[in-house]
Amino acid sequence: MVPTSYYLVLSAVLFGLGVIAFVFKRNILTVFMSIELMLNAVNLAFVSFSRLLGQLQGQVFVFFVIVVAAAEAAVGLAIIMLIHRNRGTLDVENVDSLKD
Amino acid sequence: MPVLTYLWIIPLLPLVGAAVNGIFGGRWPKNVISAVALSSTTLAFAAGLEAVREFLTLSQDQIPFIKTYFTWISAGGFRADFALQVDQLTVIMLLVVTGVGWLIHIYSTGYMHDDPGYRRFFSYLNLFMFFMLVLILADNYLLMFVGWEGVGLCSYLLIGFFFLKQSATNAGNKAFWVNRIGDFGFLLGVLLIFRTFGSLDFATVLPRAAAMPADASGQFGTLTIIALLLFVGAAGKSAQLPLYVWLPDAMEGPTPVSALIHAATMVTAGVYMVVRSHAIFLNAPVAMQVVGIIGCATALFAATIGLVQTDIKKVLAYSTVSQLGYMFLACGVGAFGAGVFHLMTHAFFKGLLFLAAGSVIHAMGGEQDMRKMGGLRKKIPVTFWTMFMATLAIAGAPGFSGFFSKDEILNEAQRVSPVLWGLGVLTAGLTSFYMFRLLFLTFFGKERYDEHHVHVHESPKSMTIPLIVLAILSVCGGWMAAPQLVGGVNNFQHFLAPVLSTAPAEPAIAAAAAETTSGGGEIVQALLGAPVIAGLLGFLLAWWFYIKSPEAPSKLAESLAAPYKLLSGKYFIDELYAAAIVRPLVWISDKVLWHVVDERVIDGTVNGVATVSRESGDRLRRVSTGNIRGYATWIVLGVVIFTSLLLWMVD
Repeated sequence: MVPTSYYLVLSAVLFGLGVIAFVFKRNILTVFMSIELMLNAVNLAFVSFSRLLGQLQGQVFVFFVIVVAAAEAAVGLAIIMLIHRNRGTLDVENVDSLKD
Repeated sequence: MPVLTYLWIIPLLPLVGAAVNGIFGGRWPKNVISAVALSSTTLAFAAGLEAVREFLTLSQDQIPFIKTYFTWISAGGFRADFALQVDQLTVIMLLVVTGVGWLIHIYSTGYMHDDPGYRRFFSYLNLFMFFMLVLILADNYLLMFVGWEGVGLCSYLLIGFFFLKQSATNAGNKAFWVNRIGDFGFLLGVLLIFRTFGSLDFATVLPRAAAMPADASGQFGTLTIIALLLFVGAAGKSAQLPLYVWLPDAMEGPTPVSALIHAATMVTAGVYMVVRSHAIFLNAPVAMQVVGIIGCATALFAATIGLVQTDIKKVLAYSTVSQLGYMFLACGVGAFGAGVFHLMTHAFFKGLLFLAAGSVIHAMGGEQDMRKMGGLRKKIPVTFWTMFMATLAIAGAPGFSGFFSKDEILNEAQRVSPVLWGLGVLTAGLTSFYMFRLLFLTFFGKERYDEHHVHVHESPKSMTIPLIVLAILSVCGGWMAAPQLVGGVNNFQHFLAPVLSTAPAEPAIAAAAAETTSGGGEIVQALLGAPVIAGLLGFLLAWWFYIKSPEAPSKLAESLAAPYKLLSGKYFIDELYAAAIVRPLVWISDKVLWHVVDERVIDGTVNGVATVSRESGDRLRRVSTGNIRGYATWIVLGVVIFTSLLLWMVD
């Protein structure tokens, strides 16, 4: 049987990759996908702990996260569409009008 | 007793007049405005007369008649009612204020006829009547203070009536500021009264003050301090040394105002207040001495300045200061009744003098310099004769009103101090001199004005009728005291006696009064001689200087250049105050209060707070780049740091 720590390490690596991609990638779609990656890394950690501790809460949480992620994907993609239409670019460096 | 029950109607009538004219009168023609102003004062005078008639039917134990309408202030142990009071002293003041005020209102309709500020003038004048009536009808010190401040306000407004003239606004400000000093003293005195007696009602305070042991001579007890503080207020309002400086400048106002406010009524409020508080003063010998000495000094001091003034109104202004000094001299020697008596006769003859002077100025087309008048006797006979009566009255010619009141004061002064008496007699001589000088310069001798430009004309009826009425009062106003001369009773004093006897302790004066009525007749008559002789000498001197040899005054002025300069410069008191008080104050205000305290400290604090906020905000603003990845980096760094800390702490 594969030890739980392996799953947790995999989860941490996935999360770290998500963070790095989030910080360094410039395309909004890629940034958005890295968020999904982080969410799923967390899901993996939840499931692992759920199995380790023999409790169901972790798995229930995962369903919640999936639901929220689906809603987020719908809203987020709509926002990205609008940014693209209004500005003609998907580069986050150019989406900084909040500072003024 | 309809009017006594609804006593508030008397002050309210002029207030209504002021409000109606002030609020609605904007487009009304002049005759409507004067009808409103005159009817309100006429009704007030009529109500005053009716109140007096009803008052005389009251029995002795109903006096003072106090009517409480509502509680004005009630806080803890402090309580001030809106309550009005009538006693013998109030009655006299009420008749003087409403009567003389009414006459002067009539006169003003003629005098102010061509003035564009007609409506403003009458609303102010009516408002003044309201506050003056509150002042004299009040039954406690606080309500009195309301009237006191109110008349000061109206005085300020009316002195600065011609506000386009810089000198008029300056004079108004000066009056206001000098009065602030006095009012501050008065207010402190009132507070100390409350602290000492626990009440501000005359009916409570005065008997308690009378029952207190008198402060020893030369000792500054509570009563002495109260009395001195009240006297500071009186000195401000009634233009006594050293606060008299505002009154001569107050002549910038229209002449009816000078007559009503700065001669007949408001300036006598200080005397009224001292007489009202006589129970306090009688138990404060030091304060009495101060009042007497200040009064006598002011009388002499102002009279000497009056000798050389050339502006007809300025002479009368200094004369007013001098006569007010007489009233305080009377109070200072314990003859409060004589002070009130002189207050009343002075209201008649000085009001008349000012109105007549106004008539002269009117006739001369605005000229006030007596050197440019002369020979007006035939041209404006009514003005001349009425002014002549008033001059005889103020100079103390036997039989005229001023004779009785002034000689009574000097008579009482002689009992206390021969020095005060001597100075008072000297002042009587000076008074006679400067008044006849005024009369001769104005009405006699050669015509020194340009006849082609000045069309001398007698004033309209609305102005001459008040002059005639006041002239009759100036002649007869003192006859109430006449029986005293032949060993009878002074009816005026007899009438006032119940008010002044609230202080049971004044055996000296009571005994003196007894002596006067019984065996002192000869002494009295002998003493009466001196002021009359002084007055006669003053008259002869004025006649010799200004009729017989008109070149004599200028020769005398040349040979006595230094004293003449001192007098015509009014002892340079204004310059002294300017150098000692005004200029340092202005300097401190400018250099310290403005440029340091205001600009550096206050503005500096406010601006400093703003600068710090703005600078720090500007720095912090740079953190928000708007770059999402930047924000994400901060979040990640934060998470890393906190997680490490957490792990480190768990270990």
